[in-house]
Amino acid sequence: MPQTVPFVDYLVLGERPHLVARECTACGARFFDRRNACANCFGTSFTQVDVPTEGEVRAFTIVAHAAPGVPVPFVSATVDCAGTSVRANLINVEPTPEAVRLGMKVRLALTAVGVDQAGTEAISFGFEPRP
Amino acid sequence: MASDDVWILGISMTRFGKHPDSDLIDLAAEATMNAIADAGITMREIGVLAAGNLRGGGGIGQALQKQVGQTGIPVYNVANACATGATAIRVVHMALRAGEADFGLAVGVEKLAGAGLLAGGERVGDSATWSPQGRFGAVGPLDGRIGTETMPGVFAQIGMEYGHRYGGTSFELFARISEKNHAHSTLNPLASYQRRFTLDEIMNDVMISYPNTRPMCSANCDGAAAAVLVTGAALKTLAPEQRRRAVKISASVLTTDPWEEACQVLPNVNTLTRNAARRAYDTAGVGPEDLDLVELHDCFATAELVHYDNLMLCPEGGAVDFFDSGATWRDGSTPVNVSGGLESKGHPISATGIANIWEVATHLRGEAGDRQIPGARVGLAHVIGLGSACGVHILERAAA
Repeated sequence: MPQTVPFVDYLVLGERPHLVARECTACGARFFDRRNACANCFGTSFTQVDVPTEGEVRAFTIVAHAAPGVPVPFVSATVDCAGTSVRANLINVEPTPEAVRLGMKVRLALTAVGVDQAGTEAISFGFEPRP
Repeated sequence: MASDDVWILGISMTRFGKHPDSDLIDLAAEATMNAIADAGITMREIGVLAAGNLRGGGGIGQALQKQVGQTGIPVYNVANACATGATAIRVVHMALRAGEADFGLAVGVEKLAGAGLLAGGERVGDSATWSPQGRFGAVGPLDGRIGTETMPGVFAQIGMEYGHRYGGTSFELFARISEKNHAHSTLNPLASYQRRFTLDEIMNDVMISYPNTRPMCSANCDGAAAAVLVTGAALKTLAPEQRRRAVKISASVLTTDPWEEACQVLPNVNTLTRNAARRAYDTAGVGPEDLDLVELHDCFATAELVHYDNLMLCPEGGAVDFFDSGATWRDGSTPVNVSGGLESKGHPISATGIANIWEVATHLRGEAGDRQIPGARVGLAHVIGLGSACGVHILERAAA
């Protein structure tokens, strides 16, 4: 079995794939990037928290025109995961205005990005419609 | 004209569009010399210069001085994304309010004709071995894999989010906003595009990022705009004709994002605009109902809708009904983007925040020709630079 790496450091692979956020211990603000301090309360203490894997689509667009090398069309969305907003592609859904709806219930799903020269596979995430 | 007021004494914009034979300095110089002439002064009187340009490599203020007048005054080269022009005005306004000068010059210039996507327009290839990089520990480029970085895509989501919150939006609704601005542009000889599009033409044009088709996106073009500002005290010493044509800056406000949940996930252009508008109305002592015209930042048709609400031109959540009422057409109760807006006038990014003020000021002076809003006395100009910065200026006609 080839070795795998998460595409971003806030994606946790394994049996129960999920996203993690850096949560400010003082005010509870959540961030996905490496932090110097909290943008809300300026605190410097963070704890890692799991982000719910189910959510609903709060905003989306179907990108038809992008940089060379970016496969189009694809769906870019903001997903509200029980109060934590996540930027992601919607996957396993037709990229059409008929198939994608505001308020659609979705869940985290994994997608393979590719294998590098060392044989390591990068795994990213998206959200797919919930049955 | 109270002595601590700041006024626009002269203002100018070049035609927006393709200027293959003019470089950045030619365009900036044309706008500057016309603004100086409009003000009835010379470069000798200017005590401070703020100059904005994003894509030309820096130092535009000094490069401009070397062509139109080197007098040793302080130059502030400013950059604030699409709010750069408004930031230049704001810097000069602050300098005059602080007593640093009696006259100041703000200039914005950009050459963008033929440019493609301004963000997310190119993506580097993946490296040979996956290795975490940057603040997200990503092993490869994010654009297209974890959402989109393109502006048409980001602003599409901003419009869709409004629809999710309040309902009533549709592809056709956003296309009708674009239809309005293109119709307005037919009266503006300085606009890049002056062609009326039918709704069908707009909806069936090339899709860029649903629901924004090509004519629903701001037009990349070349252009410059410049303004001469003067203190109220200095204005009192000038000729009656200069005083008559001066336009009062009743409010000059610049804001950024206060932190909110999701604001680092999908840019929130709403809160900082609402904060800027509220402060501007308070400072000017006018309300949205007093505005005779508004130039707002329709970088995409989806953006115009949310700013009706953010600038409080309509009740909260009421932007769709407000547009459907016809209020924002040039014969409506609150004409919005009678210049044609960024979708047809064009969006040479650093010039935009001064050109919007030029449009409003020209109506307040009664000099807008065929597209004059009759009897205009008060207007508002708004820009957003993603990142974000929001500039709001409220302007009023001279009392005389």
